[in-house]
Amino acid sequence: MEINDIIKPQNLVYRKPSLLNDAHMHYCPGCSHGVVHKLVAEVIEDMHAEEYAIGVSPVGCAVFAYNYIDIDWLEAAHGRATAMATAVKRLMPDKLVFTYQGDGDFAAIGTCESIHSCNRGENITIIFINNAIYGMTGGQMAPTTLLGQKTATCPYGRRADLNGYPLSITPLLAQLDGTCYVTRQSVHTPAAVRKAKKAIRKAFENSMQAKGTSVVEIVSTCNSGWKLTPQQANEWMVKNMFEKYPLGDLKDNG
Amino acid sequence: MKDEVTLMKGNEALAIAAIRYGADGYFGYPITPQSEVLECLEAQMPWETTGMVVLQAESEVASINMVYAGASCGKAVFTSTSSPGFSLMQEGMSYMAASEVPALVINVMRGGPGLGTIHPSQADYFQACKGGGHGDYHMIVLAPSSVQEMADFVALGWDLAFKYRCVSMILADGLVGQMMEKVVLPPQRPRRTEEQIRQQCPWAVNGRKDMRPKNIITSLELDDDKMEENNRRFQATYRLIEKNETRCELVDTDDCDYLIVSFGSTARISMKAMEIARKQGIKVGLARPITLWPFPEKHIREAAKNVKGILVVELDAGQMIEDVKLAVECKLPVEHFGRMGGNVPTPDEVLNALKEKFIND
Repeated sequence: MEINDIIKPQNLVYRKPSLLNDAHMHYCPGCSHGVVHKLVAEVIEDMHAEEYAIGVSPVGCAVFAYNYIDIDWLEAAHGRATAMATAVKRLMPDKLVFTYQGDGDFAAIGTCESIHSCNRGENITIIFINNAIYGMTGGQMAPTTLLGQKTATCPYGRRADLNGYPLSITPLLAQLDGTCYVTRQSVHTPAAVRKAKKAIRKAFENSMQAKGTSVVEIVSTCNSGWKLTPQQANEWMVKNMFEKYPLGDLKDNG
Repeated sequence: MKDEVTLMKGNEALAIAAIRYGADGYFGYPITPQSEVLECLEAQMPWETTGMVVLQAESEVASINMVYAGASCGKAVFTSTSSPGFSLMQEGMSYMAASEVPALVINVMRGGPGLGTIHPSQADYFQACKGGGHGDYHMIVLAPSSVQEMADFVALGWDLAFKYRCVSMILADGLVGQMMEKVVLPPQRPRRTEEQIRQQCPWAVNGRKDMRPKNIITSLELDDDKMEENNRRFQATYRLIEKNETRCELVDTDDCDYLIVSFGSTARISMKAMEIARKQGIKVGLARPITLWPFPEKHIREAAKNVKGILVVELDAGQMIEDVKLAVECKLPVEHFGRMGGNVPTPDEVLNALKEKFIND
């Protein structure tokens, strides 16, 4: 049997979501962003929200998210995505509004906006990619970089006395009255991917039902920044990241 | 219908005028001397009447980015602040200019630098007119000198912002913001529907209704040639604004021997100084720039054709004077008189300065 005999519509078992276009992605092979982009696009399609979904992309590796997922997008200044999402949702409550931010954007330069948007209970979803490093600028220390982890700006490993402690921000957000759903997921195995998709779906539905702010942290890999192969990166994440950033729901108001 | 005449502060008149314009949203952070804008909006509760959103943000940084987002949705949104807060907003101003979104920003200036004082100043002239944020950009800068203009420039500012897809700024000072005068408020206009916004702003981010092509508002372009092209388009818009929207009030400039150039509250004080001078037989005229950018060079050059000297009166150490000198190409004496630190001169001080610099030997 030739390959062309197999590639037929009746044999289709999987397809990428049509909202995820064919633009050449700039993400490194092995990076978690591609998977999370796919999940976001799938959930929007599953919800039939193509006509009313609005994303806010960050400064960081996901700055070009707007090139890959075919919905309306705003590109925020560094750290200000949740402020922008706040305004969009308040001005147009019938839209599905979400931000897509990395650890530097969300938990360093944007901490003030992140906390206050959650505390106001804005009816938005925050997709927070935590890979413990600044990928786009070339592997510098992030607020979530682990103690002992080597980066370009802590080349001998992060030291608490010099660099402070890794910031686990989602438990803080779970304490705020404005959040309705705070969860920590990953996408390193097929089972994890399925769970992460369910979490994103739940968060988006919360936003449309005006239940408050939903935060989906995805503990992610940056194999380029960590200087590991994709497979090694997954193993390193399981071994090191999950201890500091354990997976699971931190808050679910139902 | 008889005009509705009311007595109120400049900051309050501005707030009411915005509701009546059909504003979609205000995002701001309290700072003296402009907090009445947010206070007045909250007291009016426009979300109950027109559906306008009012939100006290966590900082000026958040406010300006909320305005950036709202403007990107084609909504009529605005913020107000005073000098230190305006410094915090500069990044957002640059992003809005680069994204070509229409917004209205109000700076009711107070004395600086630093935390400075809460009293009136005009020392943010450079910051407003020369681009306080990074990159080559301009915004339309309107300078009200009365409570009436605080109200009127809301509609003017927004109309121009939507016409050119640029940021309009009302550069007031603490005196104009805080003083009470009679004012005729505009009638209430309805807010635009989403359908009207889709018609007026086909570029707006408001969801792919009927699966139209996606809209993206971004200030990022990594292709150098494309970014240069963007810059050329911005500059072409600025040249068009200079050509069409330069505004200046000229008072008694036909026969004057001396010209005062002044804007905002100091223009009002200078007007009184001019009256006193004329009673003393000194022929003084006044040029009051209404747009500080674009600067009314031609108006001033024309008004200064036969004068012996120009006095630039500002609440700062001498900022607008640079543009006045350029306007007249330094062909005649141009002197500065100003107070700083929140102090405001009397008409007599202005007249004495004019006499000292040009008449007394």
